[in-house]
Amino acid sequence: MSKIEIKSFNLYYTNFHALKDISINIEDKRITTIIGPSGCGKSTLLRSINRINDTIEGVRTSGEINVYGENIYDNKIDVDILRRNVGMVFQRPNPFPISIYENVAFGLRVNRIGSNRWTISETVEKSLKAVLLWDNVKDRLHKSALSLTLEEQQRLCIARVIAVTPRIILLDEPCSSLDPVAIQKIEELMIQLKNRYTIIIVTHNMQQAARVSNDTAFMLFGKLVEFDKTEKIFTNPLKKETEDYVSGRFG
Amino acid sequence: MIKLNPKLSQKFSYLILFLATALAIMPIMAIIFIIVKNGISVVNWEFLTSMPKNGMREGGIFPAIVGTFAIVMSTIMLTLPTGVCAAIYLNEYARDNMLTRAIKLGIVNLAGIPSVVYGLFGFGIFVMFLKLGVSIIAGALTLSIMELPVIITTSRNALNSVPYSFREASWSLGVSRWQTIRHIVLPNALPGIMTGAVLSIARISGETAPILFTAVAFYVPHLPHSMFDQVMTLPYHLYIISTQIPNMPNSIIFGTALVLLVMILTMSFIAIFVRIYFRKHRKW
Repeated sequence: MSKIEIKSFNLYYTNFHALKDISINIEDKRITTIIGPSGCGKSTLLRSINRINDTIEGVRTSGEINVYGENIYDNKIDVDILRRNVGMVFQRPNPFPISIYENVAFGLRVNRIGSNRWTISETVEKSLKAVLLWDNVKDRLHKSALSLTLEEQQRLCIARVIAVTPRIILLDEPCSSLDPVAIQKIEELMIQLKNRYTIIIVTHNMQQAARVSNDTAFMLFGKLVEFDKTEKIFTNPLKKETEDYVSGRFG
Repeated sequence: MIKLNPKLSQKFSYLILFLATALAIMPIMAIIFIIVKNGISVVNWEFLTSMPKNGMREGGIFPAIVGTFAIVMSTIMLTLPTGVCAAIYLNEYARDNMLTRAIKLGIVNLAGIPSVVYGLFGFGIFVMFLKLGVSIIAGALTLSIMELPVIITTSRNALNSVPYSFREASWSLGVSRWQTIRHIVLPNALPGIMTGAVLSIARISGETAPILFTAVAFYVPHLPHSMFDQVMTLPYHLYIISTQIPNMPNSIIFGTALVLLVMILTMSFIAIFVRIYFRKHRKW
């Protein structure tokens, strides 16, 4: 069964129809990238999967997004629990201006997951190890997170999400403020994490989509144009627009 | 039109700009200089801690200091919690609709009402209608109503300056709206809120009109016993001794002014230092 099933999903920002009748099935333990030119709605779609769009004024939706067979736009859904299951990493690294340790422990503490100090420390260590940051920071866990480089900050943000044990991780252009070496390292990390999490990445960078993902969705003007295996999208797409975009003719 | 040569015109503009600045600063320097020069001789420990004597022509200003302190502290204890809660509501929860916009407009305009109007309002409501009498509590309530819009505005600005990305990061960890405010937004907005509060304290310490009919007395021979007592305050005391009492020694008038000035400047400086300190330690 698909982990995320989006069924004729529409989203409006007040009067602007941002997502038009999107239907897509995203599979378990794979990396799916969403590509498309600026303003095509790819970030909006991503942000709909953990309902972080709810916080923006004037947003209306119709249709369904089913995560594990449950429609997350149902009134019964507890949004906070949903967001714990569907973590999100943003475009600009946004660690809290507190220590490295506290950043990772924050979600656990506030959500009261892992009640005692020892389990929290253990989870912090595990999460930092999972993002390959532990060896770098184990001697300065109580230094400010803002003292890290941008790449390390982005890793920390991923660790912070992992700590609250999500099953799905959404990454919204996670590399756009990083340099090429850092991008490569983050990409390697994403491939490693694929075994344990379902990962969806929005990216501007087509090479990145080709390098890391299993499946690729191409969006244009709020519509899903094509969704298929990444090799297929990049080598032999069905639609003309997809071909034009991936071959760099526009966008 | 005479064309000056560019070098000369440059010098000329510089001179004008400099003079304008000097003109703005000179009166402040002059005020401080005159007050210090004429008042410093009477300010000593005894002046600060003893009761006025001989129709206030001798002795100290202790009750006025205590009265100012009592009113200001009561006011800030009423205003700060209310103001911060209102600011949180307006900034973090309120939807952008007609009602919210009307409230925000109201708050901005409330800050422009002359303080004597608040004084009359406080007299009508707290002193007469609620029968609190001329008292610390009536004065503090009046000042609170006057200061609330200011506290709400400065607190909202402080909350607003916390990056939206912190809120998003917190929400996306499954942290609820309130917990996000409590653990992320408020701690980061606190320096700004505190700066606003200290500046408010400085401002209300010097207010006279709102407490004129609601809290102060010409002369009270004892310190206040409760919130329902009348008090003397520094600004009002200064007004009394400089206009109502014949043969008042000048040095006491200026000494009182000096104490008030130092109190207010100290608080303003505290606010400035708090702001500088936190700006330096904040990197986003």
